[in-house]
Amino acid sequence: MNPIIHVSNLVKRYKSAQVNAVDGISFHVAPGEFFVLLGPNGAGKTTTISILTTTLSPTSGHVEIAGHDLVRDANGVRESVGIIFQQPSLDQNLTAEENVRLHAVLYGLYPFRPAYWLMPRGYKQQVSELAEILGIANEIHKPIKTFSGGMKRKLEIIRSLIHHPRVLFLDEPTTGLDPLSRRSLWDYLTRVRAEKETTIFLTTHYLEEAEQADTISILHHGKIVAQGTPDEVKAHLVENYLLVDAADHDALRQELRARRIPFVETPLFKIELNGNSPHKLLKQIDTPLTTVKINTPSVEDAYLAIIQEHDDDNSTASAH
Amino acid sequence: MTTITQPQARIEPARAPRGRMMRNVNAVAAIAYRDFLKFLRDRARILSTFLFPLIFIGFLGGGMQATFGASSGYNFLDFIFTGVLAQTLWQSTAIGIISLLEDRQNDFSQEIFVSPISRYAIVFGKILGETLVALPQGLGIVLFGIILGVAMNPAQLLGLALTSLIASLYGGAFGMMLLGLMPSRRAADQLFPFVFLPQFFTAGVFVPIANLPLPLEIVSRLSPLRYAVDLTRGVFYWNMPQFQVVVLDPLWLNVAIMGSTFLLFMLVGTFLFMRAEQNR
Repeated sequence: MNPIIHVSNLVKRYKSAQVNAVDGISFHVAPGEFFVLLGPNGAGKTTTISILTTTLSPTSGHVEIAGHDLVRDANGVRESVGIIFQQPSLDQNLTAEENVRLHAVLYGLYPFRPAYWLMPRGYKQQVSELAEILGIANEIHKPIKTFSGGMKRKLEIIRSLIHHPRVLFLDEPTTGLDPLSRRSLWDYLTRVRAEKETTIFLTTHYLEEAEQADTISILHHGKIVAQGTPDEVKAHLVENYLLVDAADHDALRQELRARRIPFVETPLFKIELNGNSPHKLLKQIDTPLTTVKINTPSVEDAYLAIIQEHDDDNSTASAH
Repeated sequence: MTTITQPQARIEPARAPRGRMMRNVNAVAAIAYRDFLKFLRDRARILSTFLFPLIFIGFLGGGMQATFGASSGYNFLDFIFTGVLAQTLWQSTAIGIISLLEDRQNDFSQEIFVSPISRYAIVFGKILGETLVALPQGLGIVLFGIILGVAMNPAQLLGLALTSLIASLYGGAFGMMLLGLMPSRRAADQLFPFVFLPQFFTAGVFVPIANLPLPLEIVSRLSPLRYAVDLTRGVFYWNMPQFQVVVLDPLWLNVAIMGSTFLLFMLVGTFLFMRAEQNR
């Protein structure tokens, strides 16, 4: 299947900057995929998302979204995507319905009318469905100011979906939300993905949000330093090891040495698996163990290891 | 046997407006309406809208009439009233347009910039919105003008309504041009007093400029506000004996100059602004 997002050799250097904010990145996203772009602050995540959503011009490179060339057919791209910005994008002085109405008119779904009751029936139906989903049937005509942070985010997502975008971009959408709101937002997004097969392009600081991704891309100093499924990213870069402990530390230490099993005391005994199965390793140990833990790396572990590794590389490189 | 695969039905909302043109027209209306709604819901702003002209016309016009009125041969209150009316509307939209820069990163404006509509539609919608916000100020000025003794017949009122609309739209286009030329918000804030204040004098808002020395005459002719003020006076003094003394240029010339520079400001300003925004 043709990728819905196609990025090749994308470079962005800001005016008066010495280095590239985005430094020759390439990637594809397949239709319906859940793609996550990770990276520390200043890695180039927001720059990348700004370019892909047409608010920033690339310095060089080629980008195609839903078959539209980003530079030649920016409006084609704009029609095919929905965006949840880092900063809230609801107008605080307007009601929920007015915010939705303006969006619908800007995307050419309905003609503009200055009052709700003048809008076409189809629109009213869509709004009441939407209010139903949010559970705000009574508040839909109240100013946004009165809504909670989580509710506003949800409204933004629903609004961004009413023009049926092929790709939904989310730039750190859950920053500043409490855990409950975050969970309910993700439940909703998961449902949307299942029902509408919308491609999701997410940047986030919360690494647990990346666990469900189809593809993770880690951006560091404007370059992609790791990419793959969450399992691939973990497998490549994070060591698998066993942590054991015994009441009799000396006995365990001697036994491990005698059997030539390399270990590190951390103070638990950390044993590298090096491709061996934990079961096989444990069978070799006779000393009664009080603790056995298998390290299963999270995306967060992998992420931190990858960023660390590249920072080390950079400092060695600059030392020469 | 052939299998007919049904194309997947897509749910499209009923009666979508056809074509880019209609979409842009609707977008202009929506963007302008948003600005107007925000104005209507801001009581403090509405109040200041009506207080400001009172101070201007009441103190300045009244005082000047007492000082120079007798020797000038025409009513100074009328002169200042028409000047302030055009100047207030023109400047109100010009400065209002700067909010495009201000709230690019804020609330709904982000939405506007990524929506699939023409960039010119965005800017025109914004100018129209600021015009809708400026016009109630014009109404305030006219009301206070009448209270203070400016005599007007219905034809004059109708004429002023039209020139007010023109002055507001023209100010918006001028603001857009400035925005396109300004490298940053800070530069805009620092340079704006130098762009607006001198025009109070070079455009003849308070002081007659019929007989200026050549260098000042050139500066005056380069001041966009001059044409909005002169058109307003031309309509107000139409068929009155003072027309010859007060009004500088024929109506058609003012309209022609404003019409052509409106298009120029609007097109060049939008182009420069959007380019600067994207090529950061």
